[in-house]
Amino acid sequence: MNFLDNIWLIPLFPLFGAAMMLLFGKKLDPQPPSEVAVAPGVEAVHDDHHGHSHGGHSPAHGHSHDDHGHGHGHGSPLKALIKLICPGMVLLSFIFSAGAVFELAGKEARVHQVVKFTWLAGLPFHMADGRIATFGADWGFLLDPLSSVMILVITGIGFLIHVYSTGYMAHDNGYYRFFGYLNLFVFFMLMLVLANNYVLLFVGWEGVGLCSYLLIGFYFHKKSAGDAGKKAFIVNRIGDAGFILGMLFLFSLTGTARFLDVNHALAEMPAETVEFGILSTTALLLFIGATGKSAQFPLYVWLPDAMEGPTPVSALIHAATMVTAGVYMVARSNVLFTLTPHTLQIVAVVGAFTAILAASIGLVQNDIKRVLAYSTVSQLGYMVLALGVGAYWVAVFHLFTHAFFKALLFLGSGSVIHAMSGEQDMRRMGALRNKIPITHMTMFIGSLAIAGIPGLAGFFSKDEILWLTYSSPLGSKALYAVGLTTAGMTAFYMWRLMNMTFYGKSRVAPDVAAKIHESPASMTIPLQILALGSVLAGWLSVPKIWTDKLQLFEHWLAPVFSSEAAHAAVEEAGHVAHHDTSTEWLLMGISVAIAIIGIYIARVFYNDKPEIPESLEAKLPVLHRTLLNKWYLDEIYDFLFVNGLSKGGGNLLGAFDRNVVDGAVNGAGWITRFSSSVSIWWDTWVIDGAVRLSSFLVKVASYPVRILHTGQVQSYALFIVVGAIVFFGYYMVGQ
Amino acid sequence: MAPVTTVHYLVLSAALLLIGTVGVLTRRNIVIILMSIELILNAVNINLIAFSQHLKNMDGQIFAIFVITDAVAEAAVGLGILIALFRNKETVLADEIDLLKW
Repeated sequence: MNFLDNIWLIPLFPLFGAAMMLLFGKKLDPQPPSEVAVAPGVEAVHDDHHGHSHGGHSPAHGHSHDDHGHGHGHGSPLKALIKLICPGMVLLSFIFSAGAVFELAGKEARVHQVVKFTWLAGLPFHMADGRIATFGADWGFLLDPLSSVMILVITGIGFLIHVYSTGYMAHDNGYYRFFGYLNLFVFFMLMLVLANNYVLLFVGWEGVGLCSYLLIGFYFHKKSAGDAGKKAFIVNRIGDAGFILGMLFLFSLTGTARFLDVNHALAEMPAETVEFGILSTTALLLFIGATGKSAQFPLYVWLPDAMEGPTPVSALIHAATMVTAGVYMVARSNVLFTLTPHTLQIVAVVGAFTAILAASIGLVQNDIKRVLAYSTVSQLGYMVLALGVGAYWVAVFHLFTHAFFKALLFLGSGSVIHAMSGEQDMRRMGALRNKIPITHMTMFIGSLAIAGIPGLAGFFSKDEILWLTYSSPLGSKALYAVGLTTAGMTAFYMWRLMNMTFYGKSRVAPDVAAKIHESPASMTIPLQILALGSVLAGWLSVPKIWTDKLQLFEHWLAPVFSSEAAHAAVEEAGHVAHHDTSTEWLLMGISVAIAIIGIYIARVFYNDKPEIPESLEAKLPVLHRTLLNKWYLDEIYDFLFVNGLSKGGGNLLGAFDRNVVDGAVNGAGWITRFSSSVSIWWDTWVIDGAVRLSSFLVKVASYPVRILHTGQVQSYALFIVVGAIVFFGYYMVGQ
Repeated sequence: MAPVTTVHYLVLSAALLLIGTVGVLTRRNIVIILMSIELILNAVNINLIAFSQHLKNMDGQIFAIFVITDAVAEAAVGLGILIALFRNKETVLADEIDLLKW
């Protein structure tokens, strides 16, 4: 079978699943009427401090707790069909993806483009340099090493998370709705990464934004969930505005939307090394789009709130795939970014700042999912930092490894929450290690991986980022220091999470403690597979100082990122910044050491001597409160934008409307009335006056004539006679 | 006795014309006015015939007959109007009839 020419089928499978669910799902999974009626109220009570709801836990439904793991029976028997279709469709996509990637690897050029049809027919327009180009967009698909990595992550991890969800969401209402949205998300995400042009990419981009909104607000009867959905949507719109502008600039510069053609056109343009010109502006606008989707400062604020959605959604959309779309997009536009070192500098600084800012907030959060959310923002900051220093392949590598261990950690936290009957506050956990051993074991691996312990996935990618930040001509020691500090913080907050959750003394409420149980196999098996991935994924590209044979990932991506410009930049920098291997060993040692120190401090603080963090909180109340309140950034945004710009601006515009616009209307009315008054006066006195004057004159002139007109026949006869005499007289005299 | 010459006729004609004109202008009774008009017409007739005889041309005579005919018709119509007027206004005095005034 020729998978390569059929890559257009890959997104269609989940679309089919989504269509099935959203069109016919209600028939497949009929909910008992009473449950539908009761559910919102019950869940609202239930969800006040819980992230997700379990109808089965509610006493109103009378399920004993043992039902929990295998609750398939008490849904409709057709629920099994949903379980078959939705993960099955993603599995089918995964198989097709794997087949296509395998065939791609066998090809010489490792690029395969399939154009199905022209989707937007072209209109001619003037490009920036005056040439006339035709704008158009294909319904076309591009499989190259970059998109192949993405589709494998999306379909592979997506499949595991689908399987996990069948267990996790077993007790929720709207089972079909959840899976419909999830499949729709996978479709749009695949469209995003398989598109061969910016316009189609944007379709996927907006589509995943929509699905994100729908799934964050999945528990829509909860106000906070609805608000979080709206926040995510609106904040993303700001980034999208930048993306659209950037796209239009790019059309105007290159006259095409296809990636390959754009790159081809850009290859002939000179790099903007001195001034901040049009290319830099374009790149910056595209990057603004990326900051929205990939949750970078200043637009990251939606991602922590997005944790209102169900945990599998957090894992799939808000950790593994969608939030990496921005990173993917920048990596996809690497030719453009390579031409614009100024913009890359901004990208690097934004990435580093986001990484350390989010990590610092993550240090003190108590909600298990919030810690992971800030961790995600921080790790995305790492990826963006890597993009900023021109190390595109490392950014994608970190994206790849991060997808494994962050999905694992999120799903693990979901399993913990599941075990704790919906409890998310880590202050009410502890000593869960032996009660949920599989969850503990897998999360243990995930935490080691993200902390950067050698041998696990996170180490390889993070260490490569730190090393390239230090050594790349675009990087600097300051950025490296920020990255290193963040690495220490990462290790600390992850192991703070582990210690508060699994070790130490139990702080679990007694009624919850009795019900703690390991999750069903549908949840633990994906966890174990992801744990395996978290160990092995990194070995696809080991540091060159270990061995120069195992750089599979780097070599695989090389064709995408080795443009002429990049080569030139590397060659130019090559002799400037040459670092010997001993430096690299040293830095590697430092980063491992700082990770271990972070883990150790967390162990001391939250296991051995829990009084230390408390006394620290007491000593530094301002710092602690600031971190706990996320640097008050939400409040600042509220003040500046929501209240200041939106409401204040609204009031201002309202005043403008009332006074200026309405004033203009009223003024126009007044002027019309005034001019009509003038017109009336003119009519009455001038026009009518002229008419009356002429009639008056005629009347006056008629008076002498009227005197002659007596009506007496004889006077007329007299006139005749007199007239005759006069004529005669004249005649006589004339003679 | 001196023969009657054309001049004599003309003097008679002028006298009749003068009498008729003065009659039309000064008398109030419309019947008299109509009679004065007849006098004027006859003055004209005499004039026509005098010149016809003087010039040995018959045209004047013929024209005089036309004028007589015309005078008859005019008198008939005039008296008709007068009777109609009298029925309405009960007067035949010209100065009391001023309906055509402005």
